[in-house]
Amino acid sequence: MKTSENCINRNYLNYVKSVCPKTKEKRSLFRAFLVGGIICSIGQAIRLIFESLLGLAGDELAAYVSMVMIFLGAFLTGLGVYDRIGKFAGGGSIVPITGFANSVVSPAMEFKTEGYVYGVASKMFIIAGPIIVFGVASSVLVGILYFIGYRIF
Amino acid sequence: MVWETIFMFLKAFAVGGAICTIAQLLINYTKITSGKILVSFLLAGIVLQAIGVYQYIVDFAGAGATVPISGFGYLLAKGAMEGAKESLFMAITGGLTSAAMGVTAAIVFGYFFALICKSRSKKN
Amino acid sequence: MTRTIFFKNQPRIVGTSSVAGPKECAGSIKEYIQTKLENDDYGEKSFEKAESRMLYTAIKNSIINAKRKEDEIDAIVAGDLLNQITSSTFATRNFSVAYLGVYNACATFTEALTVGAMLVDGKYMNNVVCATSSHFASAERQYRYPLELGCTRPPQSQWTVTGAGSCVLSANGTGPKITCATIGKIVDYGVTDANNMGAAMAPAAADTILRHFKDTGLSPSDYDLIASGDLGALGSRILKDLVWEKGVNLEKRHVDCGELVYNLIESEFQGGSGAGCSSLVFSSYLYTKMKEKKIKRLLLVATGALLSSTSSQQGESIPGIAHAVSMEV
Repeated sequence: MKTSENCINRNYLNYVKSVCPKTKEKRSLFRAFLVGGIICSIGQAIRLIFESLLGLAGDELAAYVSMVMIFLGAFLTGLGVYDRIGKFAGGGSIVPITGFANSVVSPAMEFKTEGYVYGVASKMFIIAGPIIVFGVASSVLVGILYFIGYRIF
Repeated sequence: MVWETIFMFLKAFAVGGAICTIAQLLINYTKITSGKILVSFLLAGIVLQAIGVYQYIVDFAGAGATVPISGFGYLLAKGAMEGAKESLFMAITGGLTSAAMGVTAAIVFGYFFALICKSRSKKN
Repeated sequence: MTRTIFFKNQPRIVGTSSVAGPKECAGSIKEYIQTKLENDDYGEKSFEKAESRMLYTAIKNSIINAKRKEDEIDAIVAGDLLNQITSSTFATRNFSVAYLGVYNACATFTEALTVGAMLVDGKYMNNVVCATSSHFASAERQYRYPLELGCTRPPQSQWTVTGAGSCVLSANGTGPKITCATIGKIVDYGVTDANNMGAAMAPAAADTILRHFKDTGLSPSDYDLIASGDLGALGSRILKDLVWEKGVNLEKRHVDCGELVYNLIESEFQGGSGAGCSSLVFSSYLYTKMKEKKIKRLLLVATGALLSSTSSQQGESIPGIAHAVSMEV
């Protein structure tokens, strides 16, 4: 049986590469920097407000800031604005925590037509699931390594 | 005081923007999808915190380092590392405990907005 | 090995109808489209239901345009892009007519035409409807990402056409006749980028076109127009290069349905794609031009990229296919 390995026509693939249009490098980098910076500045502003008005500090402050940012990301996704921002900004709106919220809300909204249990609830993490999986798994790894480290040294 | 605040914003803007620019470079040069970008930045945050670097970036840039998804990784690793000082139980649960707000917010807001909003088709 | 079928009785295309979404209706073929939708969801609850209704509308109107009655139709040959071709199945559920579901991704339309023409040419049936559809939102959901996910589209990507086209083939009546059809074979050069379907399908299109000229003894100058299905701007360029290497010059005769549909900016995206792309353009613009005798001989080569989201996740390359149907007034 033919597999994809022995189908490969190297000359053709190189030729395709040469005629393929490229992403506009400078423009995309500038936009990513701009939008990413703006989103982080909004985070900083929320941080400042919580710090001065509610007197929060440390981890609690960081947690509330990320909650508000996730809310904003989810809200803009619900309004149908976040995909527009994403089209403009590329990496600039994927990497901030608002992008994480977007990747949770967008499939949840999309699969609403399949019902609220097997649609919304189960499809919610089709994109963001790996983040939780890898995040929690590697935090456990880090925790155990440090635990062993503290006991030995 | 005012200058300090403005400087703080500038630092957040610059560091946050720089992290996003690295992501854009990855998008431009590799055929990586948005899910994989999120995962790799999260892992980068965890590793950087585990070797003790990310804390300095957070102290320097504030939200510029905590708002990107690598900040989420930082939070997970930090929780686990602090828990490790206490007991094995805390070492295992510490990561998710400190990231609990983020995960809970994503689930609750995600479900809520999916209930009230409908996805729309787009024209471009 | 025979790949070209010559139709002795030359079935005629007696009527067509097209349905298209708002983006397509703002494009360059807008005045030829029969049913223009203001909204992508067509008043239905889901985009899949909307696609199905679009196909239903197209089939129904094409029967009316062909001045046939529903009970005169012997069979419907239809297909679309969704899993288990549900759009076609649910659309034809409303007709009590024999149904053949076909799937060749975006090449489904010429496949349907070939099957339909064989049924009519062999005098097994008198009137056969051939129809296909695709919908941007339902295809996006099945093959790519949720609509609201903020990700960028790479410049080589194409846009799935929201549209449906249907035509009625008949043993008698007036209209362009189908003279021959060349059935494509699967050509896979190892392209794995699911965003670059033009590059994956162009070799198949080149193979089918070259084979067609070899089997029929014709050359590009015998045709007024050679319309490829949905190669897009990039794929068309690759196709022209590939056939030029073999000594055939398509430059002056070639047009791509995917390029025709939208007013495109080539650096941003490459044009339309999808099973509905060639059927929409054919049953609106090209059919009208053939009726007006502006185009006397047409070679329609719809191209398909036969991938699934599972196969591309498993790292398989994208097999391409193209079927050619030759028509003349």
